[in-house]
Amino acid sequence: MLTQIIATGILMGFVYSLVAVGLTLTWGVLDIINFAHGEFLMISMYSAFWIYTLYNVDPLLSLPLTTIMAFGIGYGTYKVIIRKVVDAPGLTALLATFGFSLLLRNLAQFLWSPNYRFINQSFVADKKLTLGPIIIGLPQVFAAIGSILMTLAIFYFIERTKTGRAIQATALDKHTALLMGIPTEKIYALTFGISGACVGVAGALMSTFFPIHPQSGALYSLLAFVIVALGGFGNIKGALYSGILIGITEAVGGFLLGTQFKYAIVFLMYLVVIQIRPKGLFGW
Amino acid sequence: MGEAMLVLEHLTMKFGNVVANENVSFQVNEGEILSLIGPNGAGKTTLFNCITGFYAPFSGKVSFRGQNITGMRPNKICKLGLARTFQIVKTLKEMTVRENILTGAFLHTRHMKEASKIAEEIMVLTHLQHKAHQLGANLTIADKKRVEIARALATKPQLLMLDEAMAGLNQTEIKDAMELCLKLKKSGITLVIVEHIMEAIMPISDRVVVLNAGKKIAEGTPDEVVNHDQVIKAYLGERYHAKSKKN
Amino acid sequence: MVASKHLFKQKYILGWICIVIAILPLAIHNINFHHVMILLVMYAALGQAWNIITGFTGQTSFGHAAFFGIGAYTSSVLFWRYMLSPWVGMLLGAVIATTVAFLVSYPCFKLKGHYFAIATLAIGEIIQQLFVSWEYVEGATGISLPVMGEGFLQLQFHRSKLPYFYIVYFLFILVLVTAYLVEHSKMGYYLKAIRESHEVSEAIGINPTEYKVYAMLISAFLTSIFGSFYASYILYIDPFMVFSLPLSMRIVLLTVLGGLGTLYGPIIGAAVLIPLSEYTRIFFGGTGKGIDLIIFGFLVVAVACYQPKGIVGLFQKLFFEPSTAGGGKNG
Repeated sequence: MLTQIIATGILMGFVYSLVAVGLTLTWGVLDIINFAHGEFLMISMYSAFWIYTLYNVDPLLSLPLTTIMAFGIGYGTYKVIIRKVVDAPGLTALLATFGFSLLLRNLAQFLWSPNYRFINQSFVADKKLTLGPIIIGLPQVFAAIGSILMTLAIFYFIERTKTGRAIQATALDKHTALLMGIPTEKIYALTFGISGACVGVAGALMSTFFPIHPQSGALYSLLAFVIVALGGFGNIKGALYSGILIGITEAVGGFLLGTQFKYAIVFLMYLVVIQIRPKGLFGW
Repeated sequence: MGEAMLVLEHLTMKFGNVVANENVSFQVNEGEILSLIGPNGAGKTTLFNCITGFYAPFSGKVSFRGQNITGMRPNKICKLGLARTFQIVKTLKEMTVRENILTGAFLHTRHMKEASKIAEEIMVLTHLQHKAHQLGANLTIADKKRVEIARALATKPQLLMLDEAMAGLNQTEIKDAMELCLKLKKSGITLVIVEHIMEAIMPISDRVVVLNAGKKIAEGTPDEVVNHDQVIKAYLGERYHAKSKKN
Repeated sequence: MVASKHLFKQKYILGWICIVIAILPLAIHNINFHHVMILLVMYAALGQAWNIITGFTGQTSFGHAAFFGIGAYTSSVLFWRYMLSPWVGMLLGAVIATTVAFLVSYPCFKLKGHYFAIATLAIGEIIQQLFVSWEYVEGATGISLPVMGEGFLQLQFHRSKLPYFYIVYFLFILVLVTAYLVEHSKMGYYLKAIRESHEVSEAIGINPTEYKVYAMLISAFLTSIFGSFYASYILYIDPFMVFSLPLSMRIVLLTVLGGLGTLYGPIIGAAVLIPLSEYTRIFFGGTGKGIDLIIFGFLVVAVACYQPKGIVGLFQKLFFEPSTAGGGKNG
């Protein structure tokens, strides 16, 4: 039974990781807490839902489209809002992203009602995978695999490509990066776009097994904050590992102490770990 | 000269495997100006941080007026009467010059009136009274360094440690800084100065300690030190040293 | 000289604002308006309390709803179960909130910057979850306070909202005076020094942790008081209301919007945001479509983008330093 639960936790953990990777990118590179990150996820889920409802395209097939759209949302958000607050004093940037999250969430409610929506007919729906003692839903398996692939792609992009290195340089020191000829303005916009793309993928994958409603993003962004902090701000590897750790903690904690406590346990774990590693598991 | 105010005994500081200070011992006497000099990377600032509590030394002992202060928190050390400035100035940007100094002045009093009086005195002493209401962020580098010193002075130290308070200043500003140091000495404050600018500190120092590669290589009056073999080597290199010996 | 005149002017304006706030509900007899004024004053005070730890000291707390909720629950439980006056509950609640703040302070203040902020958020969420599953306080169902006869002692008034207003106004003045005294004392200077530079504060003899804890305790105490007041005013509480992250964020939002780290920031922020959100709710809220929050969100974004120093920054630009407006930001 416990292996079953841990397996489910790990699978969910990969999805959390992807959401957190998106968040940690903007956080690390621009030093901005994007409170609207969860809302980007919610919109991606709706996007998958509407493509499915209106054109009968499976969310897994429309995933590229959703991802491109989410990239556009991230990129556009930077150009319209973030650009103006990125150098502002104090908590102004937080004000902007929090206001934007309220705007998006309630716009979704206004346009699409607060009702829960489901995608029932995805080709992975209701299918199970049996591996010895473990039985898991195919949607979760697909979500985990998709998340791993996207996380690896981001990791490769940041570590191995020239643009990725430019992103890293900008994260370390914007002014020096600018002196070195890196167009930091473009890098910032790109980073926000990639961050959006991460939740685009995650949203499309999650839409096959999670209810879709205007509040769906809120919880995941909260978890993503904790995951990012647990892994160390701006640290992609940290986000990946702590996402999995949180997935397992949530599943096991919920099983042992009751589901009503599963998030309390997740938050408690953060508080305990951070006492030992005040800059996160992978921070320095 | 007076009694020993600050005593370092066999102080060693390591960062991982890098030894920044090795077995450094010297003492600072009451009422004197002692300069700590040495080439870049000699370990002056590290030593400074070990004395003032910002680093805990790997081994060795620091005592201030007979009390062991090794590994003590910086705020406690400051309370005992040992104040410092920072090499990279850390002006409190969103506070005015007066508020910067006033904050220091609260160390020995809770009362606004008393602290204000101290702050006013310090501003007069450091010629900052005309800039009292400028924000820290808007000051020139020379003024920032001055505020740095003034803020430390406001804590009423017996020993003041200045970390490159003259770097980046022009000739007149350096002269002002030298005068200030002598004024402070006269008022009874012992000074330890870390500095690069030899022509500025040699005339005002009573004694000089020279560090190179983390070790103390010389100690004495300015005259003794400038003629010291190893000091010339450290500063000007072996070749120059050999050449000067030939002549 | 310039600054002391400046200060005098600010104090003066602050006084006038308080007088206007006190008179307005007498001048306009409208139950909705009185309700908005009560919330306005309450949120201004909450912002003021939060400002002490975040605005002055620079430690961003996303978990202040925890203290608010503890105040609300303490007075409500004592009133509902033991018929103890809400005033006693208010005081006890504040003591409990302060104790909780003390217990979480030490571990949290080991953390810097965002790590601290996320820790406060986590603590807030944990406390909410605990209350949701706590049978003794009715869990997720919440507590309905028994309706009693009118009276100051039981903090209930049914015919008019004015008594509630003047009670919360009095508490607000209490918080404002506390914040003023803190800002203009040794502690205020120390807190700001800690905000500006941890290292400098240590170098001039400040123990940063000690002072951060003091600021947190004061902030928690004051926040809790309004939780108790709110419970007596609304006569119903549940964990999703009084322990919610949106409540914490609302306090953050209005203070930052008004002007972080200033005394009138929270007042101005509340004066703009609370009527805006309450009246849009009254006008559009009935549709259940969230138009109120769309407008609210949009305005918050707009202010953040075009007036990054908050509304106070705008006023300062207009009245105090017209010649240097926008200049000298870099250092």
